[in-house]
Amino acid sequence: MTHPALTERPEKRPRAAAPPARGLPPAAIRRRRRLKGLATVALFVLPALVLYGLLVLAPIAIAAYTSMFRWNGLGGWPEDFIGFDNFTRLFASDVFHGDLRNGLLIVVLSLVIQLPLALGLALLLNQRMRGRAVYRLLFFAPYVLSEVITGVLFSLILSPEIGLANQILRAVGLEELERAWLADPTTVMPALFAVMTWKYFGFYMILFLAGRQGIPRELGEAASIDGAGTWQQFRHVTLPLLGPTIRIAAFLSVIGTIQLFDLVWVLTGGGPDHASETMAVTMFQFGFKRTQIGYASAISVVMFVLSMIFALAYLRFVMRRDTQGAVTTMGDHR
Amino acid sequence: MSSSRRRPAGPSRARGISLHMLAGTLALFVLIPLLFGLIGGFKDNAQLSSNPFGLPAPWHPENYTEVLASASFWRQVGNSVLIALSTTVLVVALSAMAAFAFARFAFRGREVLFTIFTAGLMFPFAVAILPLFVLMRTFGLLDNPLGVILVQAAFGLPMTIIILRGFFAGIPREVEEAAVIDGCTPFGVFWRVLLPMARPALATVSVLAIVASWNNFFLPLAVFNNPDWWTIPLGVQQFQGQYSTDIARTLAYVVLAMVPALAFYAVAERHLISGLTAGATKG
Repeated sequence: MTHPALTERPEKRPRAAAPPARGLPPAAIRRRRRLKGLATVALFVLPALVLYGLLVLAPIAIAAYTSMFRWNGLGGWPEDFIGFDNFTRLFASDVFHGDLRNGLLIVVLSLVIQLPLALGLALLLNQRMRGRAVYRLLFFAPYVLSEVITGVLFSLILSPEIGLANQILRAVGLEELERAWLADPTTVMPALFAVMTWKYFGFYMILFLAGRQGIPRELGEAASIDGAGTWQQFRHVTLPLLGPTIRIAAFLSVIGTIQLFDLVWVLTGGGPDHASETMAVTMFQFGFKRTQIGYASAISVVMFVLSMIFALAYLRFVMRRDTQGAVTTMGDHR
Repeated sequence: MSSSRRRPAGPSRARGISLHMLAGTLALFVLIPLLFGLIGGFKDNAQLSSNPFGLPAPWHPENYTEVLASASFWRQVGNSVLIALSTTVLVVALSAMAAFAFARFAFRGREVLFTIFTAGLMFPFAVAILPLFVLMRTFGLLDNPLGVILVQAAFGLPMTIIILRGFFAGIPREVEEAAVIDGCTPFGVFWRVLLPMARPALATVSVLAIVASWNNFFLPLAVFNNPDWWTIPLGVQQFQGQYSTDIARTLAYVVLAMVPALAFYAVAERHLISGLTAGATKG
């Protein structure tokens, strides 16, 4: 027995092998075959699709719906319809403006400090050097730890009295630089960013390392034969060829920042006085602590819209060439 | 690289040393916080402030042993293991089936459906948490591990399907054509031919799913109110709140909570890294 659904390349399959005689006209056999194929496909895809639709897609629709209500989340579904009032209130709120500023600051710092650091390190570890594997293992280790563990550890390191950061400053005679890092509105964001760098630079390093190893060695050698120095090789060979990897890293960094929650929640809870708050923290505060579910849903919707606008614009304008490549390779599977 | 190989030994050795200085500095940046936790866990609070950099004198192993003797710590480890394994089995099973269909069947709407799945990579999880909470409450899944397992599996589908589809598509079709001629049903092809061949890819996506579940904080925070269901991240955060004045003890707890993740990383490093790079570049 053959299974027509398994024929993505029907021309290669011996059609004559199908059971011809069961008293049915060929058209009916073909129809029955197609139905059977569809049933098989459904059997394989439906379980994933149901779970995905119910728990990934539906929640977004629910958030859009509940964001139109004043709702404390109690009892059944919301009833007090208020249109876009939650959104106007949100857009007028200083806390929300602070969320946007903080998100933007983290994105800029990531692009200017974290990614170049990771790139430099990836190129460094791409050289022949002793202990390279150990360094790589070590630099990536923080990424494996949970945000909560990282956050609790660093909240102790950055604590004013006993914390390691201030102890080190004291030991080297820089007492005047001592701070209550996480309780001071002027230092809390840099401190948060330092912890994020500790946790995430290894991940970007690994990405760049994979991208760098995909560049054929001959290209660099050809450039050096043509008289290109180390910097010129980097600038005109390595960097352009790493373009797709860099663009993906920047993309992941922005999407990650939009939903930044765990680290902030554990380190500062968004404080002092909202100085380190992010959209996700504000949403959690209103949704789970103050039970203003309607208003918190509006924040969820804004986060969703922001990431969608960013993702689509980025795919359309920045990664266009990369995705075109991806699409053509996908086409090759046919 | 090639140019440096041609240089005389002198400058290249100097260069090697400067490379090590740079890498070593960053290694310290990574290591010092971990060592502070590890060694600090053996001190008491007085030592932490009077002797921040030296070794403990005397050593206080009881910070560690008391945590290890506490039932709640082991309960959290057990919960984390249960949830991580269930999530992984579920997400890998469903994704493998879907990826098989996407890689091997021609059907109308296939690419649209696949795009819908891949779009999930861009949905921030934080967007869904509040409506999910409302849903879970409606279904009575709060304080139920299924509430975490099902959601984690659902959000793991996009990445897992993408990686597995790519792998299935790379397996030569002749293999399964032979199986079909021998009378294998589609499910037989999937179960007896493709899945065994896909073992490396299955290992990779399983490692990704385990790590993601193990470290998840936001979802268990929303779903579990009852301490009996807390996972390690919830336990660590709670412990810090409870013993906020006992820093040494909190450090010991944090270090012990790191051990499973780091041990797993040491074992599964290759799968983790290949999965992450594949996921990022294909997504």
